[in-house]
Amino acid sequence: MTETLTLLGLESSCDDTAAAVVRHVPGGAAEILSSIVVGQTDLHADYGGVVPEIAARAHTEKLDHCIEAALQAADIGLSDLDAIAVTAGPGLIGGVLAGVMCAKGLAAGTGLPLIGVNHLAGHALTPRLTDNLAFPYLMLLVSGGHCQFLIAEGPDCFRRLGGTIDDAPGEAFDKTAKLLGLPQPGGPAVEAEAQGGDPGRFSFPRPLLDRAGCDMSFSGLKTALLRERDRLMTEGRGLHARDRADLCAGFEAAVADVLSQKSVRALEAYLATEPDNPAFAVAGGVAANLAIRSALETVSTEAGASFVAPPLALCTDNAAMIAWAGIERYRLDLFDDMSLSARPRWPLDRTSPALLGSGKKGAKA
Amino acid sequence: MSADLATTVHLASPEDTAALAQALAPLLQPGDVILLAGQIGAGKTHFARAVIQARLSAAGWQEDVPSPTFTIIQTYHDGAAEICHADLYRLTDADEVFELGLADAFHDAICLVEWPDRLGHHAPGNALRLSFAPGNAADARILTIESSSARWDRVIDRLTAPAIEGR
Repeated sequence: MTETLTLLGLESSCDDTAAAVVRHVPGGAAEILSSIVVGQTDLHADYGGVVPEIAARAHTEKLDHCIEAALQAADIGLSDLDAIAVTAGPGLIGGVLAGVMCAKGLAAGTGLPLIGVNHLAGHALTPRLTDNLAFPYLMLLVSGGHCQFLIAEGPDCFRRLGGTIDDAPGEAFDKTAKLLGLPQPGGPAVEAEAQGGDPGRFSFPRPLLDRAGCDMSFSGLKTALLRERDRLMTEGRGLHARDRADLCAGFEAAVADVLSQKSVRALEAYLATEPDNPAFAVAGGVAANLAIRSALETVSTEAGASFVAPPLALCTDNAAMIAWAGIERYRLDLFDDMSLSARPRWPLDRTSPALLGSGKKGAKA
Repeated sequence: MSADLATTVHLASPEDTAALAQALAPLLQPGDVILLAGQIGAGKTHFARAVIQARLSAAGWQEDVPSPTFTIIQTYHDGAAEICHADLYRLTDADEVFELGLADAFHDAICLVEWPDRLGHHAPGNALRLSFAPGNAADARILTIESSSARWDRVIDRLTAPAIEGR
C-alpha cells in the first residue's frame, strides 16, 4: 500500500471512447492527471438515441488518439505508468473487444501489468476516487443501460440488492423524448420540458412499489405515456405545449418516485448491516437529473446516510473510473494476463444466479 | 417454401402475450429466427423476455433479461441452445449485423430480433415474423404472425389453436 501508482485506463464498452491517467499516493487523494472522452453527441440529435459505434476498428482508431491525448495532457510517457487498466465488459461487443485488444498490445509492448475492469465496478468505485468513501457504502447505479442497487463491500466485492427487471431509466427518458418529439439525448430534454409542467395532471404507474425488495420496472411507464399521448392527440387534435410539459413532469415524477422509494428499501437493507459511516452514493447519467437527485438526497438524509454524487463528468462513462478501479485492483494484487477476454455480459455480483452464455460465439464474444 | 401465412391473434393483456411466448419457447431450436416488429411500447421486449425466461427456467436457471437497447445484443445459454436477443433500433447500416456476429447467430442460435426492418436484405427468409399493433383496449395487442417457411406451419397451428381469429 506504500507505492505511488500511476495507471492508464481505457474505456470503450459503450458509445464513447475514453482514456485517462490517474495517480494515487497512498493516504492521499487520487489525482486525475487527464481524462479524455470522445463522444458522438453531434450525431445524436435527429436520431432516436445515441448512434452506436458498432465496428471494433473504429473504436481502435479512436482509442489510439485518446491514449495519445491522455498521456500528453498528463504530461507523462508510457514508461511512467505502473499498469494498464481496461474495461473488459459488460457492453457493446465491438467496443469491448477493441479496448481489450488495445490494452493487451500496450501491456505486451511495455511489459506493464494488465488489469481487466468491470465497467459497473468502475462506476461503483467512483465515490472512492472522488470522495474517498470507505466501504461498505450503498450505491445506486442509474444510467441509460443500467439500474441497480449495490452494497460496495470491497474493490472486488459487490452485493446486488435489486435492479430493473426491464428497461433502465435512461432508456425510458430517451424513449419518452422520442415519443414526444423532443431531441436526443432524452434526459436533459425531458427534464427541461418537465420544469414548466404539472406533475399531478397525469398519474403514471409506479410498478413494483407494492412489492418487497429493490427490484424496479420502467417499461410500463413508457407504454402508459404512449397511451396518454395518443389519447391527447385524438381528443385535442395534436399535442399542445402544455400537454407535453405535463407529460414530461408526470413521467419524471414517476421515475423519481420509484427510485426514491426503492432507495428507502435499499437503505434499510444496507443500514441493517450496521456500517460505521453510512453513505449512499449515486452514479450514472440519470443522477444528473435534478428532481431525481434531490429526491434521492432527501431519502438518504432521512435515513441518516451521507449522500454522495460525483461530478457529472465522472458519473457518466469515462476512463478515469477505469484507471481508478485498476489502482484498487493493483493494490489487491488482482492482475490479468493475455488470456483476458471481452465479456459482453458480466454481472457484478457473482453470488447472483450463474453467468451463462458469456464467452459464447453468438455475439462474437 | 410454402405460401405466406398471416395469422392474427388478439392478446388481451401483457399476461396473454407472455403466455403465448411461453408456449412458443419450447418449440424453438438453434437456427430459428423470430423477428419482432412494432412501435415503441408495443410489447416486443416483453415477448422476448418471456421466451428467454421460459427457456432458462425450464433448464432450472433464473436470470435477469434486461432490455438490449443499449448493448444491442444480449446472449444467453439455456444448456441446449444459445439465445441471442437483439435490439437493432440504433443500427444505422444493415451491414453492421456482421460486426455484431448476428449473421452467424442466425445459423446456430435462437434469435429474437427487435426492429428487424434495420436488417434490410439480411433478414433471413426462413424467419418467423411477429408484428405487434395496438388493440381495442389499453393493454390489448393485435399480433400478426407471418412466415414463408414450412418450418413454422405446425408451430403456428399450435400457437393459435385456442385463440385463432382468421387466416
